[in-house]
Amino acid sequence: MSTTATVENLPNASAEPQVNYLNARYGVKSWLLTVDHKRIGLLYLCTITVMFVVGGIAATMMRINLLEPQGALVEPETYNKLFSTHGLVMVFFFLVPSIPVTLGNFLIPMMIGARDVAFPRLNLLSWYIFATGCLIMLYVVCTGGVDTGWTFYTPFSTTYSTTDVVLAALSIFVAGFSSILTGVNFIVTIHKMRAPGMTWFRLPLFIWSMYASAIIFVLGTPVIAITLLLLGVERLLHVGIFDPALGGDPLLFQHLFWFYSHPAVYIMILPSMGVISELIAAFSRKRIFGYSFVAFSSLAIAIISFLVWGHHMFVSGESIYAGLVFSVLSFLVAIPSAVKVFNWTATLYKGSISYEAPMLYALGFLGLFTIGGLTGLYLASLSTDVHLSGTYFVVAHFHYIMVGAAVMAFMGGIHFWWPKITGHLYPDLWARIAAAIIFIGFNLTFFPQFVLGYLGMPRRYAMYPAEFQALNVLSTAGASVLAVGYIIPFIYLIWSLKYGPVAGPNPFGAKGLEWTTQSPPPTENYLKIPIVTEEAYNYETAPEPEVVRV
Amino acid sequence: MSDAAITHGDNPTGFAHQFEELDQQHDAGRLGMWLFLATEILFFGGLFTGYTVYRSLHPQAFLLGSHILEVKYGAINTAVLICSSFTMAMAIRSAQTGKRKGAIIGWLIPTMLLGATFLFLKFRFEWYHDYLEHTMPGFGFYYRPEWGAHAPQVQMFMCFYFFMTGLHALHMIVGIGILLVLTWMTSRGRFTSQYFAPLEISGLYWHFVDIIWIFLFPLLYLIRF
Amino acid sequence: MMGLTQFALNSIAALWLQFPVQPPAASSIAESVDHVYYFLTGVTVFFTVLIFSIIFYFAIKYRRRPGKPYQPETHTSLFLELSWTIIPSLICVVIFVWSSSLFVRNNRPPANSREIFVIGKQWMWHIQHPEGPREIDALHVPVGENIKLTMTSQDVIHGFYIPAFRVKKDVLPGRYTSVWFKANRTGVYHLFCSQYCGTNHSEMIGWVYVMNPTDFAAWLAQGEQSESLAQQGARLFTQLGCDSCHNAAASSTGPSLAGIYSKPEKLADGTTRVVDDSFLRQAILTPSTIHVAGYPQIMPTFSGQVDEEQILQLIAYVKSLGAQERTNGQ
Repeated sequence: MSTTATVENLPNASAEPQVNYLNARYGVKSWLLTVDHKRIGLLYLCTITVMFVVGGIAATMMRINLLEPQGALVEPETYNKLFSTHGLVMVFFFLVPSIPVTLGNFLIPMMIGARDVAFPRLNLLSWYIFATGCLIMLYVVCTGGVDTGWTFYTPFSTTYSTTDVVLAALSIFVAGFSSILTGVNFIVTIHKMRAPGMTWFRLPLFIWSMYASAIIFVLGTPVIAITLLLLGVERLLHVGIFDPALGGDPLLFQHLFWFYSHPAVYIMILPSMGVISELIAAFSRKRIFGYSFVAFSSLAIAIISFLVWGHHMFVSGESIYAGLVFSVLSFLVAIPSAVKVFNWTATLYKGSISYEAPMLYALGFLGLFTIGGLTGLYLASLSTDVHLSGTYFVVAHFHYIMVGAAVMAFMGGIHFWWPKITGHLYPDLWARIAAAIIFIGFNLTFFPQFVLGYLGMPRRYAMYPAEFQALNVLSTAGASVLAVGYIIPFIYLIWSLKYGPVAGPNPFGAKGLEWTTQSPPPTENYLKIPIVTEEAYNYETAPEPEVVRV
Repeated sequence: MSDAAITHGDNPTGFAHQFEELDQQHDAGRLGMWLFLATEILFFGGLFTGYTVYRSLHPQAFLLGSHILEVKYGAINTAVLICSSFTMAMAIRSAQTGKRKGAIIGWLIPTMLLGATFLFLKFRFEWYHDYLEHTMPGFGFYYRPEWGAHAPQVQMFMCFYFFMTGLHALHMIVGIGILLVLTWMTSRGRFTSQYFAPLEISGLYWHFVDIIWIFLFPLLYLIRF
Repeated sequence: MMGLTQFALNSIAALWLQFPVQPPAASSIAESVDHVYYFLTGVTVFFTVLIFSIIFYFAIKYRRRPGKPYQPETHTSLFLELSWTIIPSLICVVIFVWSSSLFVRNNRPPANSREIFVIGKQWMWHIQHPEGPREIDALHVPVGENIKLTMTSQDVIHGFYIPAFRVKKDVLPGRYTSVWFKANRTGVYHLFCSQYCGTNHSEMIGWVYVMNPTDFAAWLAQGEQSESLAQQGARLFTQLGCDSCHNAAASSTGPSLAGIYSKPEKLADGTTRVVDDSFLRQAILTPSTIHVAGYPQIMPTFSGQVDEEQILQLIAYVKSLGAQERTNGQ
């Protein structure tokens, strides 16, 4: 990314209004038939936003219900459908796709200096498949929901539930193919489409983390797909695949389910780790401390994540020896995560740190991920897991990781690249206020749940003993703060589309190929394919930040 | 960019805009297919895991179940598929060596016919037979007295049999669809000795589907020997 | 003024009591598990405070100031990378060894445990004492005695969880799982279902009553007017016609069951298996999978004819046969 590349890829100032990927073509058809990775990224962004709202509404109703021990809002039957909807929608239709399909789609080709992903039509097909999955899920939600929880444990889901389990499983089966195809597309793109000079160790860390999560997409998703097929067959035909009365083993389902679903947790967190690496480098204007350690820890996490599924089953009746092995491996997967946190923290050392909204999200991520990660140790440790598994402690732990960390990073990433994506700046002050509200609201919501869990309150309870009420009320109060924090960005980001000041090519003065082209980028990203001559995050040659405070 | 590399300036058919060189596009296609096949292995892997677990839990029932299957048809079908792999490989070879399009089609059509033969034998003499004999789970599966207490697990074996061979047959059908498209493309003169990537990666898929069968045949038909 | 301070203090105390942080600890293992928990909390707090302080320090010290010259440097340090890989690893090893050894110990029920049976069904806990008394959503146990619960489910997967004892185990259909504990404090404690099991999952809760041994004996005697589990099993044994094959006669077509419990049994395929609850359960429900050496494999399945409760009764009966034989032998 020498200065010459920058000049070549920017039209001169006197030119006509820029042609970019947004205004190159107009009309609904131009969006629905687009093969441009940037437009597909935006299609995904709209889709997952809708799903986030659906999952969020379910969460809100749950938290309201838990204000009172006997349930303040709904019957237990409805509550069960609410938490199932919340889990299914948020995991499979928001968190798993979130960063990869929006920022990943938008940024991977740009960051490696390519015109598009390797298979653009396949990319569009993936979106259609995903949208189909979303529609099936929404249909299930609208026609009575499903009450199995997002885990579909057998034999409840195959025999006892009276809700539409088959269709819910089908929606995830369908969405899974979108994940598989996206994963294949990303891996091939990263392998084969890098610009001249863009060696593996010059790649931005975001690309490394996307590569690691694409591996999980490719290797994990087929297993959940086949598992859900087996579930559907068992429910429809009842041949006893998971029914002990006919010689089946209900635990086999759990093994197959978690073989995907634990790595899926890392699909949610690895991309956000990539985003955080970009944010911290950009706002402390420094190369990431220990680049190769951060890069390889992503791969280590991706690989070890396939070997730890059994830690969801310590109390399920699996053998003690299996428990010991899975416990060791679960501790092992904590190490690369710790390495990343330390490296990010050390990156701040002797930097030139500024605090625009994306950086606030990044710092918030660091704090919440640290807590979320460390509380994971309680659950990897066998004797404490016996007490804590299946309680609100688990709920709090994975929300710190999936919401505290992953959603913070998603928000941070959206704010960081918003000027690049839309060509407009958002009001930074509001963004910073929202970031602070989200951080505070999040901790208020989920920290009390650690205590609830240690006290013994089981998860998925529509009603609970009265002594847990105070903490539940606190948690609900926090959730309302959190909800405000999520609504504010929604408003000002949409506002900025029309009224936000026009952003230059590189408002934050960040390094990375995507900042060397205009905002928004032209349809094929670069007028001329850049030639890379330096390492990533070389801030000695970075332009000055030009952020306009709005 | 080497001198030999084909770039957009040459503008051959089938060259997509997002690539810099045709070789790059070939490599991308091949890698993409290999990755897709990796997902397929894990897809079937879930079934193989289930099969392994239940066979070790109910060895006798699985033996009884395999007696329902006719080795004869399994063996014929194995031979049919191996032949089809050969004809597929020859089709690619013809394209690679720059043979006339008639030669390529001359290998593609037998490949499709062999695939169709496999499916015909499978549907007509195995599945339909199972349906008539009430050994198809979900369609009036009948517990034969000679199975005794093993009957539910024999049903489970048959369930795995139909699931695995059904999924395999689905892949065969998709494969024949791909071959149809390839035949059409060949007849339009789309492939040259330099550009035959679609043939090559479809060949990978076809061979993969055959290999799956090579695993299914002994696991389902031959365990009783 | 004094009154006001007093009031304020009382209010704070009252509010604080609304926020308990510690569940009651009422079993022999509870404290040792809590120690691991405290250690983990220590580690968590230490590293959280460490990371937060470093971030705050750097964030203030290296904040961007207009006019201040800045020259980016690239830092790497193999020493630091290795230390923050190795030190957390060592801490993890400590936790793993400590916690796992505790887990292994907590998983092995002592030999002299009092056995109680638990059947989970949507949405209640059915408790069966060998002496005869049955309870729903309640479990009475004596303090200071090792209790082993043998558990199974009649429908879906449930989770048996007593927070005050720090014990939890999933209760599965089609097999037995077990937990054991020794309550060391009398009182009444929560019993929860910890594995989501359907509509009224949150109502599948009950109470555990830890009593003085004398009170417990009295409670047991009160309920013992009914038959003991083994007696019920004996009746069932005759009703189902089990005794026509499984009898002491030399010509019997089935093995005699006297004294076989917890002894190894030789199978036709040359292996031996110890006769335990799971073995007997399997023998009753899927006899075709157990072929005892020296006997024809002709036993019909009783699957569908007996429910989980009756299986437990039969097992209790077979077990009592063992005890009788041993006393006879002495």
